[in-house]
Amino acid sequence: MTARVYIPADMLSLALGADEVAKVIAETAKDTDIEIIRTGSRGICWAEPLIEVETGAGRVAYGKVSADDVPSLFAADFLGGGAHKKCLGPVNEIAFLKEQQRHIFKSCGLYAPCDLTSYAANGGFAGLRAALAMNAGSIIDEVEASGLRGRGGAAFPAFIKWRTVMGANKTQKYIVCNADEGDSGTFADRLIMEGDPFLLIEGMVIAGLATGADKGVIYLRSEYPVARKVLEQAITTAREQNWLGPDIQGSGKAFDLSVFVGGGSYVCGEETALLESLEGKAGIVRAKPPLPALEGLYGLPTLIHNVITLCAVPEIIAQGGEAHAKLGVGRSAGTMCFQLAGDIKHGGLVEVPFGISLRTLLDDFGGGTRSGLPIKAVQIGGPLGAYLPPHLFDTPLTYEAFADLGAGLGHGGIVVFNERADMRAQARYAFEFCTHESCGKCTPCRIGSVRGAELLTSSTPDLGLVDDLCDVMVAGSACAMGSMTPIPVQSAMTHFPDEFGVRATQAAE
Amino acid sequence: MTRWNEKTSRALIEETHKRGETLTMALRALVDAFGYVDEAAIAPLMQTFARSRAEVLGVIAYYDDFRTTPPGNHVVRLCQAEACQAVGARELTAHVCKKTGLELGQTSNDGALTLEGVYCLGLCANGPAALIDDAPVAELDTDRLDAKLAALTS
Ligand SMILES: Cc1cc2nc3c(=O)[nH]c(=O)nc-3n(C[C@H](O)[C@H](O)[C@H](O)COP(=O)(O)O)c2cc1C
Ligand code: SF4
Ligand code: FES
Repeated sequence: MTARVYIPADMLSLALGADEVAKVIAETAKDTDIEIIRTGSRGICWAEPLIEVETGAGRVAYGKVSADDVPSLFAADFLGGGAHKKCLGPVNEIAFLKEQQRHIFKSCGLYAPCDLTSYAANGGFAGLRAALAMNAGSIIDEVEASGLRGRGGAAFPAFIKWRTVMGANKTQKYIVCNADEGDSGTFADRLIMEGDPFLLIEGMVIAGLATGADKGVIYLRSEYPVARKVLEQAITTAREQNWLGPDIQGSGKAFDLSVFVGGGSYVCGEETALLESLEGKAGIVRAKPPLPALEGLYGLPTLIHNVITLCAVPEIIAQGGEAHAKLGVGRSAGTMCFQLAGDIKHGGLVEVPFGISLRTLLDDFGGGTRSGLPIKAVQIGGPLGAYLPPHLFDTPLTYEAFADLGAGLGHGGIVVFNERADMRAQARYAFEFCTHESCGKCTPCRIGSVRGAELLTSSTPDLGLVDDLCDVMVAGSACAMGSMTPIPVQSAMTHFPDEFGVRATQAAE
Repeated sequence: MTRWNEKTSRALIEETHKRGETLTMALRALVDAFGYVDEAAIAPLMQTFARSRAEVLGVIAYYDDFRTTPPGNHVVRLCQAEACQAVGARELTAHVCKKTGLELGQTSNDGALTLEGVYCLGLCANGPAALIDDAPVAELDTDRLDAKLAALTS
């Protein structure tokens, strides 16, 4: 019988030597009947490169495997699931994975990313098949019933944009996938694009059928070269198998797709800057209105969604919106793909329904810090997200609970900082990053961020002035880059006041 | 990566335009081929894409990826973003800067090495992370990175 070994080839595994491991295994096994399958990642980042072997009792995992481990793995009969110090047991029994409720990531890491047959065999295209038999209005009804909200950061109800684009009276419309994933601490988009690209393609085709768009573009950040290769190959394969093209599965309906690579700009993740960038221009944020749904790419109706939002669509259509709405809490419906990053022992992707507490995520899934030092703060939702101290960790992870804290979930990135973190340095960095990335349109963002960083260089900054500056940035910025930079700054000031010296205004009193 | 070449540059610009792609795609092609956009490419870009000099320069200046000077033989891009900061990216960057005598954004006088910052590589659970000549590396510390740098020059 052929022994099957699954070795991830996502960007992280490659960074940690997975190619070398694959090469040495292939060399060592050259006289053995063995098949090496390069897959996406399971998102168990702390154990990468995590390789799996197929046994009679399911797949067995070996974690943090290096090329040096290969001789001893063979000696321990790992092809038969043998015991070894790197063995993690059956992959589905690993608590980090077992305790999740994976919907979007259910197949990620199971098979080679561009293996269309395996994708279809694991439930792939069920949503698109169903959508091909539905009219546009009923597809959107399901999206409405699902309660799906955008996962790119703003959490806007998806169906409203779909209905707007559908209703726009133009022959050419576009579906744009926002794969700019610029937030530090996030990698869900990367993992799914590198591991299960047909899911994104399927979601985009369904969105096209529902809104009347026959062209799609994936705006991919340049920092993700592996995703680019996988997506381009998957698009070619989907075309060959007639899941993209002029006559999808003989339905007479058309949709085609291309990948556009960005230029290393954070603001290009903002949807209107992204459209400018797609048109070959600098990514300067556009005034809204007009809404992109009415006047988007080249002035035509455009549905823009984050990768994960689009990847949620196939299951919603296959199983009905109700099933999705039942997951999660209230208006935070479905699952959220959280990403544990920074100083965390078990970093990686955690897909769970909304509503579990931050503490559960950090302790039960994350296992505390990697350094062993106590946690001082977490930043949630990327560079524009709040810094929160441990006494707020019992907050349930819902959009509503976080809004009440003056924070947000953003794209689900959670960056853990240990007690050595310098919160004033973190606050200053938020301003510096804003300076670096500002598109320059609004003075409070362009200049205010420079002044803010200057103010926070002092160990006893004039915090009243910082607050005033933040007020101006909130009020006078055209997009969240300028208007939300105050969130990390002021949350750090609020929760860690002793790191900012005495308030100048208080001292004067 | 090859040295700047007028003919290849013109061909890349032409091909991009013929495929119906944009100015940014042409810049991407130039950077992929030569590591930067040479001043001599500006005029052909203006002509081909019917843009003013100011527009072309504005687009080049906007995007971090579009260098205007040739990079060193090796390019090391260290992640500077929060998740890597949380596990020592600042200290690691200071160490590399001191060791190489370069600041982020600089190229050594002998043209051997360019050091740059980058804002998140999506390897945030396993930082600090970097790209070394486009190959991702993660779980760096000073020893691991020193060894990788030494391997470049040996
Ligand atoms: C500065 C800035 C950066 C952003 N970056 C991203 C990004 O990298 N990915 C993303 O999906 N949305 C990003 N957004 C949000 C988008 O503007 C937009 O809301 C989103 O793509 C809509 O998709 P959704 O409805 O699926 O969330 C960013 C917004 C701002 C203001
Ligand atoms: S807030 Fe900043 S990034 Fe956003 S539009 Fe204004 S200047 Fe540009
Ligand atoms: S913050 Fe460094 S890789 Fe994401």
